[in-house]
Amino acid sequence: MEEKLINPRPTVLADRPTHYCPGCHHGTAHKLVAQCLEEMNLVQDTICIGSIGCSVFIYNYILVDTVEAPHGRAPAVATGVKRARPDKFVFTYQGDGDLASIGLAEIMHCANRGERVSVVFVNNTVYGMTGGQMAPTTMVGQKTTTCPKGRSAEKEGMPIKMAEIIAGLGGTAYSARVAVNNIKNLTKAKKALKKAFTAQIQGVGFGFVEILAACPTNWKMSPIQANERIEKEMIPYFPLGEFKDRVSEAK
Amino acid sequence: MEKEKKIFIKGNEAICHGALAAECRCYFGYPITPQNDIPEFMSRALPEAGGEFVQAESEIAAANMLLGAAACGVRAMTSSSSPGISLKQEAISYMAGSELPAVIVNMNRGGPGLGDIGPSQGDYFQATKGGGHGDYRLLVLAPGTVQEAYDLTIKAFDLAFAYRNPVMILGDAILGQMKEPITPWKPSPVDPGEGQEWRLEGARGRKQRILKSLYLEDGALAGHNLNLKEKYARMEKECAWEEFMAEDADLIVVAYGSIGRIAKSTIRKLRKEGHKIGLIRPITLFPFPKKPLQELAREGKRFLTIEHNLGQMVEDVRLSICGLAKSDFYGHLPGNLPTPNDFEQPILQALKNES
Ligand SMILES: Cc1ncc(C[n+]2csc(CCOP(=O)(O)OP(=O)(O)O)c2C)c(N)n1
Ligand code: SF4
Repeated sequence: MEEKLINPRPTVLADRPTHYCPGCHHGTAHKLVAQCLEEMNLVQDTICIGSIGCSVFIYNYILVDTVEAPHGRAPAVATGVKRARPDKFVFTYQGDGDLASIGLAEIMHCANRGERVSVVFVNNTVYGMTGGQMAPTTMVGQKTTTCPKGRSAEKEGMPIKMAEIIAGLGGTAYSARVAVNNIKNLTKAKKALKKAFTAQIQGVGFGFVEILAACPTNWKMSPIQANERIEKEMIPYFPLGEFKDRVSEAK
Repeated sequence: MEKEKKIFIKGNEAICHGALAAECRCYFGYPITPQNDIPEFMSRALPEAGGEFVQAESEIAAANMLLGAAACGVRAMTSSSSPGISLKQEAISYMAGSELPAVIVNMNRGGPGLGDIGPSQGDYFQATKGGGHGDYRLLVLAPGTVQEAYDLTIKAFDLAFAYRNPVMILGDAILGQMKEPITPWKPSPVDPGEGQEWRLEGARGRKQRILKSLYLEDGALAGHNLNLKEKYARMEKECAWEEFMAEDADLIVVAYGSIGRIAKSTIRKLRKEGHKIGLIRPITLFPFPKKPLQELAREGKRFLTIEHNLGQMVEDVRLSICGLAKSDFYGHLPGNLPTPNDFEQPILQALKNES
């Protein structure tokens, strides 16, 4: 029987040992982004905006021209890059603390202006790099180092649903939420990324993909348990799907 | 250098004209008094020049947009006034750390906090000693006239690219709102690609380029900071100042920007009355013109620093003359506009002071 590799390593992805924890989905998300860049023939014209958090070293893995942004400011930096070089493909890669907390203003206005950029948003419901503090996406009841009794809706509010919020803004061409916890979801995630990238290439508007991701270390779970948590706890509250798609409409 | 016909404009507008002459192609800003003429002007003029204007959602965003455009090697600028400059400091520190060329204008108003919207020089420390976090310096240029606002803006872009470093133009509400005739000139055209093998443009078959300020490996940050230190030392040769009747003076007044210009009027008047007073007006605040001050101190002159604050640049003056000469300070408090008369008594007093 002939073997077929469903998820090959693209050449723009560095062949080097990872610094991410076992079972961390940042690596998976990097690989998907790299595959899309390669398959869509964008590698040579891409400028990546790195952000703050565990993924700050994205430039060690995805070998494209990259600039590092201060915490939360990647969408503003991306705006500057795209306005300076509208002919380039520009994407940011941000965590949930970065995008939904400190950088909430920057992401909202970047989307609302309809900047022709793509945003990859990794939602793992915690601040990973700083040791597992509460994020705006932390689930009600979830224990973190700064909500040791579990997040309470009364005191800390409800977890923010970014994909839906971004979909509601005028400049957004595409907004979706995906997961990378199984092959079926991986395939859908890749399709969503390609649509968000297409929104930029075709000049339709701002593209946004929220990826539900595991942080086994800060969840204090094994990678397998973490994957199960995504299915059982996260997806019911953070539904998967496309919340806005002006790319298909534009065709 | 091609000269054009005279125009009658505000200091804020001169900065815009200078930026356009220097082929600035991106401007990002947020409204704050007394610099609103700058974003207003750029919103009209930049699109006409084939550039991009964005009114950002905040000063934080504007400064980070500047960071993004700078990373592409494009000539870009932002402007603000004191509280807004505080918000820009995060990105300014990152730009210094990532060695990105950008121009930042601060039309200084009164502070701390919300302060007032009148002129002040309260941001001297912030401009020259870092302002944001970390061990870094900006090149700081302090125009005293509307013509100089034009000239120094052109120079700011050249310096930013020559040193791959943010450059600040430090003006104030007096300079921004004052109207004067100036003669614009066109600098030689800019080659947008020259010497920019660091700028981001997509890898196109070469190795990736990374612009960052994170250095975690052992000794890496130390090496980076040492390189920065050497760069700041190289900037010494950019020192610029105006010297006025200093040679035979007994007392040297040190003042910069609008205050330097007002002090010059006072000195002109007192000279006519026979008082031997001269002026050093620093034009670069970093690097600070230590050498001319040192030389004058060695000649046995006294010093009086005049500022529109409680005393900031006076520390650099005193460091420069390092105990070689007597030094006084007069601080005009913000909230009103000083006139040449206001400086007469303090200057005559300093001339008499033997202490
Ligand atoms: C201005 C600023 N505040 C705080 C930090 C500290 N910090 C570093 S990473 C991080 C959290 C990042 O969390 P998230 O965006 O969720 O990414 P993850 O690590 O989970 O991938 C914080 C708060 C910083 N670097 N800069
Ligand atoms: S702490 Fe969490 S997000 Fe960071 S590398 Fe480990 S698993 Fe991934």
